[in-house]
Amino acid sequence: MTVYLSLSGVLFLIGLHGFFTARNLLRRLLALNVLTTAVFLLFVVMARLAEPLDPVPHAIVLTGIVVTVSTTAVALALLVRIAGRPRDEDDDAVAGPRGDAG
Amino acid sequence: MIPETTGPVVLFSLPLAAAVVVFIRPRWSVAVTLASGGILLATALWVVVAVLRRGPWRQDIGGWTAPLGIGWTVDGLSAALLLLMAAVGLAGAVFHAARPTGRTPVRDPRFFWPLWLFLWGGLNALFLAADLFNVYVALEFVSIASVGLIGLAGGSAQAAAWRYLLATLLGSTIYLLGVALLYGRYAALDLALLADGVEPDLVTAVAAALMTLGLLLKAAVFPLHFWLPAAHGRAPPAVSAVLSAVVIAAAYYLLVRLWFGPFAPLLGPEVATLLGLLGAAAVLWGGLQALLQRHLKMLIAYSTVSQLGYGLLVFPLAAAGAVQQAWTGAVMLVMAHGLAKAALFLAAGAIVLRHGIGRLEALGGDQQGVVVAWVAFAIASASLVGLPPTGGFVGKWWLAQAALATGGYFWLAVLMLGTAFTAGYLWRALQAAMRPGWETSGGLQALSPALGLSALVLALGAALLGLAAPIAARLLDAGSGVAG
Repeated sequence: MTVYLSLSGVLFLIGLHGFFTARNLLRRLLALNVLTTAVFLLFVVMARLAEPLDPVPHAIVLTGIVVTVSTTAVALALLVRIAGRPRDEDDDAVAGPRGDAG
Repeated sequence: MIPETTGPVVLFSLPLAAAVVVFIRPRWSVAVTLASGGILLATALWVVVAVLRRGPWRQDIGGWTAPLGIGWTVDGLSAALLLLMAAVGLAGAVFHAARPTGRTPVRDPRFFWPLWLFLWGGLNALFLAADLFNVYVALEFVSIASVGLIGLAGGSAQAAAWRYLLATLLGSTIYLLGVALLYGRYAALDLALLADGVEPDLVTAVAAALMTLGLLLKAAVFPLHFWLPAAHGRAPPAVSAVLSAVVIAAAYYLLVRLWFGPFAPLLGPEVATLLGLLGAAAVLWGGLQALLQRHLKMLIAYSTVSQLGYGLLVFPLAAAGAVQQAWTGAVMLVMAHGLAKAALFLAAGAIVLRHGIGRLEALGGDQQGVVVAWVAFAIASASLVGLPPTGGFVGKWWLAQAALATGGYFWLAVLMLGTAFTAGYLWRALQAAMRPGWETSGGLQALSPALGLSALVLALGAALLGLAAPIAARLLDAGSGVAG
C-alpha cells in the first residue's frame, strides 16, 4: 500500500510540475489530468486501507472520472476554438478595444 | 400545504429541466428562462420565509441516507445565497433578453440560455449540498458552465476563458485532494458528521490547507486573483454580473462553511490572521488596481477582488472572539456586494452599448437612453462604498463593531482604507458621465429601457438590504446553528 500511496504522491508532483512548466496548452491540460488521476489513486488506496473494504471511495472515483471526462471535453472544445483563430499579440494584455464585449 | 422540502427540489431541478428544454427548442429560450426565473425567485423567497419560520433543516433526496444518498442542508446562509442567485439570475436574464441583437457580443447565441440555466442549477446545488464530494461535483458543474459563458463572447474572451478554466480546475483538484485525505482520516464526507468528529491533527491540517488553497484560487483572493479581471471584464455583461456576484460568493460561501463548521477547531489565531492578511492585501491591491484601470468593466472587475477581501476579515475577527458580529457582518457584506456588483455590471453593459466603447474617457457627453443605467450605477456605488442605509453600510458597520469590540484596530484601518479606495474608483467612473465624451460611431441610441431597469432593480435591492438588516440578521443566525 505504501507503494501506491507514494505513487499517488509522485504522480501529483509530476502533474503539478507539468502544469506550471508546460507552455503548450494541450500539455497543461494533460498535466491537469495526471493530477486528477493522482487524487483518484489516493481515493482507491483509502478504500483498500479501510477495514472492511469501503465501497464509497469507488463510487466517488467513478463520479470523479465522469466529471473529469466532461471538463476535459469542454477544455478541448475551447482549445480547438483558440487554436483555430489567428493568433494576436494582445491575447494576454489587459483588455484592448476588442475587450469591450458589451 | 406543500412541505418546505419541495422548495430545494424545485430550486435544483427546474433550472436543469429548463436548460434541456431551451437547448432542444431554442425558439422558446427567452420565454422559458424568464418563466422559470420567476418561479425560482418565488421559490427562493418561500425557502427564506420557511427558514425564518421553522429554522434550518436537512433533507435526504429520495429517502436515501448518507453515505450513498445525497443530503441537502437548508439554513439561513444557504437560503440567503439561493435568493441572491435567483435575483441576479432573473435580472441578468432580463438584461440579456433585452439587449440589442444587431451588435451582439455573443457568438453562439443559442448556447447562452442553456448554459445560463445550467449555471443557475449548479450554483443552487452547491448552496444546498451537505457533503464535501457533492460540493466538488457542483463546483465542476459551475466551472464548466461559467467557462462556456465567458467563451461565448469570442475573440480574446476565449483566451480569458481558458485561463479561468485552468485556474478553476486546478483549484477543484487541490480541493479534491484535501477531501480524499479527510475521507481517509474520518471515513465521512458529511459536513455535519465531520463537524462532530474532527480533531486538530496533522492530516486534518494538511487537508484543511489544501481545500482552503483550492477555494482561495476559485474565490480569486489576492495573490491568486490573476485570472479574474480578464475573465470577468471580457465576458458578456449578464455573465460578468453573475460571475462576480454569485460564483465568487459561492467559493467564499464554502470557505465560511468549512471554517465555521468542520475546521472550527483548527481556526487558531495564526491561521485566522493569515487569512485576514490575505483579505487585507486583496482589499488594498484590488482597490489600487481598480483606481488605475481605464476601462469601465475592468474597473468593476478589479473591484470584485477588492470587495471579496472584506469577506476574509471575518476570520481574524471571529478568532478574536466577536464570532456572531463578524460572521453576520461579513456575510451581509458579501450579499450586498453581490447585488450591487451585478447592478454595476449590468449598468456598465448598457452604458458600453450606448457609447460603443468602454474607455472611461469616452463615456461622457450625451447620455440619452442610459440615464436609468447611470442612476443604478450610482445607487450600487453608494452600497459598495457603504453609505447608510444600504446593505453595504450595515455589513461594514457590523464588521467595524466586531473590530472595535476585539481591539482589532489594524482590521478597522483596512476597512477604512478600503472604503476610501472604493469611493475613489467609483467616483472616477461616475465622473466620466459628467465630462464631454468622445464622438464614437459604434454607439446605439435606441436601447431597450429593460437594460437599465434590470440594473436599477438590483441596485435598489442592495440599498434596501440595509433596511431589511434585522430580518437578514435573524436569517443568518438561523444558519449559524448548523454551521457551528
